[in-house]
Amino acid sequence: MIRTWKLGKSYGNRPAVVDLDLEVRPGEIYGLVGPDGAGKTTTIRLLCGALRPTAGQVEIAGVAMERSPEEARRHVGYLSQHFSLYDDLTVEENLQFFAEVRGLPGGAWHKRSAEILAFVGLEPFAGRLARHLSVGMKQKLSLAVALVAQPRVLLLDEPTTGVDPLTRQDFWQLIIRLVGEEHITVLLSTPYMDEATRCTRVGFLREGRLVMEGTPRSLRQLLAGRVMELSGAPDEVIQRVLSQTTGVLSAQRFGDRLHLLLDPHHRQEAVEKIIRGVEAEGGQIVHLGEVEPLLEDVFIALSEGFL
Amino acid sequence: MTPVIRADGLTRRFGSFTAVDHVSFSVEAGEVVGYLGPNGSGKTTTLRMLLGLLRPSEGRAEVLGYNTDREADKIRGRVGYMSQKFALYHELTVRENLEFYGGLYGVRKNGRVEETLSNLELEQLQNERVAVLSSGWRQRLALGVAIIHQPQLLFLDEPSSGVDPVTRRNFWEVIYRLAATGITVMVTTHYMDEAEYCQRVGIMQGGRLLAMDSPEHLKATLPGQVWEVHTPSLMEAFRVLERMPGIRRVGLSSDYLRAVSEREITPETIQRELSRHGIEEVEIHTTRASLEDVFLFLAGSSI
Repeated sequence: MIRTWKLGKSYGNRPAVVDLDLEVRPGEIYGLVGPDGAGKTTTIRLLCGALRPTAGQVEIAGVAMERSPEEARRHVGYLSQHFSLYDDLTVEENLQFFAEVRGLPGGAWHKRSAEILAFVGLEPFAGRLARHLSVGMKQKLSLAVALVAQPRVLLLDEPTTGVDPLTRQDFWQLIIRLVGEEHITVLLSTPYMDEATRCTRVGFLREGRLVMEGTPRSLRQLLAGRVMELSGAPDEVIQRVLSQTTGVLSAQRFGDRLHLLLDPHHRQEAVEKIIRGVEAEGGQIVHLGEVEPLLEDVFIALSEGFL
Repeated sequence: MTPVIRADGLTRRFGSFTAVDHVSFSVEAGEVVGYLGPNGSGKTTTLRMLLGLLRPSEGRAEVLGYNTDREADKIRGRVGYMSQKFALYHELTVRENLEFYGGLYGVRKNGRVEETLSNLELEQLQNERVAVLSSGWRQRLALGVAIIHQPQLLFLDEPSSGVDPVTRRNFWEVIYRLAATGITVMVTTHYMDEAEYCQRVGIMQGGRLLAMDSPEHLKATLPGQVWEVHTPSLMEAFRVLERMPGIRRVGLSSDYLRAVSEREITPETIQRELSRHGIEEVEIHTTRASLEDVFLFLAGSSI
């Protein structure tokens, strides 16, 4: 449904996206993750035709963006990070405006807008000015706008950044329903690794390149047996011992516990050293055991070059 | 010892809308306190009142012993504030930004700019223009600007929104280093894992402070049992559990569902209910409550 071949974009001599081969299949939710500045936003803008590539090609629903940009774009709904609605128009007027911009005939949008508003749960607020909507409602209206022309592909650039956990829950339920009920294909970027875990497949971008791709399960498998969870006190002692233990590649806080990434060749000795070291310094280990790696562990390992 | 922040029935109305509704709490020196709540629940309005930028409609607050209403000028020079949309001069270098804001605050101490650059590990970038920095480094510089005048108290309003997980973690390491030097920190965030690192956490909803306690105590107050429900039929199972008696709330978490139930519910009763709706492929485990469970439970149930 989305395909790219050797896609590239440079700004002057600074490459933002390099040799990107992407294939997103119908009905997938594809998550694009990576450090800030890795090229996620540029990739999404290339996919929706808002930016022209300096190399390679994009195809949406089998239509080449370069040859038939208008037709290709007709299949795409796009929600940018800084999406702006018209504050002084109502919910329904916003939808109408963007439907007309997308070239929907006058009669067609009306029925469609009722459907979409019902879908995102904004029906009771159709007549409310956008300025009087809560952040969560604005986000739903933005999604409704992206859906108004019945796209087959939905591109979302960090749709949940700065959004509270309750609103994120609602938003994801809508995305999952869109894929399940309307058979839309979704590609989104997110800084939340719990959201990425929900995607069908995840691609990790670094410096403009796709360095890793797979199902969340297969990516987590890359670190199998290398992540241990530790809780103990006092924090200073634990941190000091960990920083002095070879074989501990990184120690990250996960809630009230630490996740240790271990060098597979020094695993056992590292564990023994930690236990002895913390004890020798008068600290206490409450819990130390292997855990299933999270996608966030994988993200950190990839960002720091441990994978 | 006098608390660093004491809010007493703090209230702010905008017309007929009550943004902050009789909020009372206190914060002791050296604490890192998280302030959570849905968008629009009154977090930023509370901070603005504590900074003396907004007058309370009712109630009062003291910050560093000064009344926020009458002695706001004394507060401002002693606290640091990093807002959601921090203002940096993009055409100036990192160092020039720090020098400029230092000048505004009347910072006279020799070497304070160097000290701040070094505390935030910004030395390498000091001569770079802000325009070319990544969002993570800009965020760090914004923190530098907020602490250039050596405040005793730091307010951070969603400081880590929109940065990647590694940058976010590094940023928190810096916050912890600051807290270790005795600075008190009050921080709003939408990241529940960040809130877990705070000594105490307040949860706002609809302008009211529903709870403020240590993450550990907050989790202990969650009534009932937390379950992980793994199934390929995620949304179908979601809809079944949403309506199941005895299930207090259900939500998406990573690629599975989390449900909070009354004590009497067992894995078998959940399994049976799902099976009755044709959902057979299910795995259910008990799990420890997370702060996100508490947040969703408190903030979600009182709408």
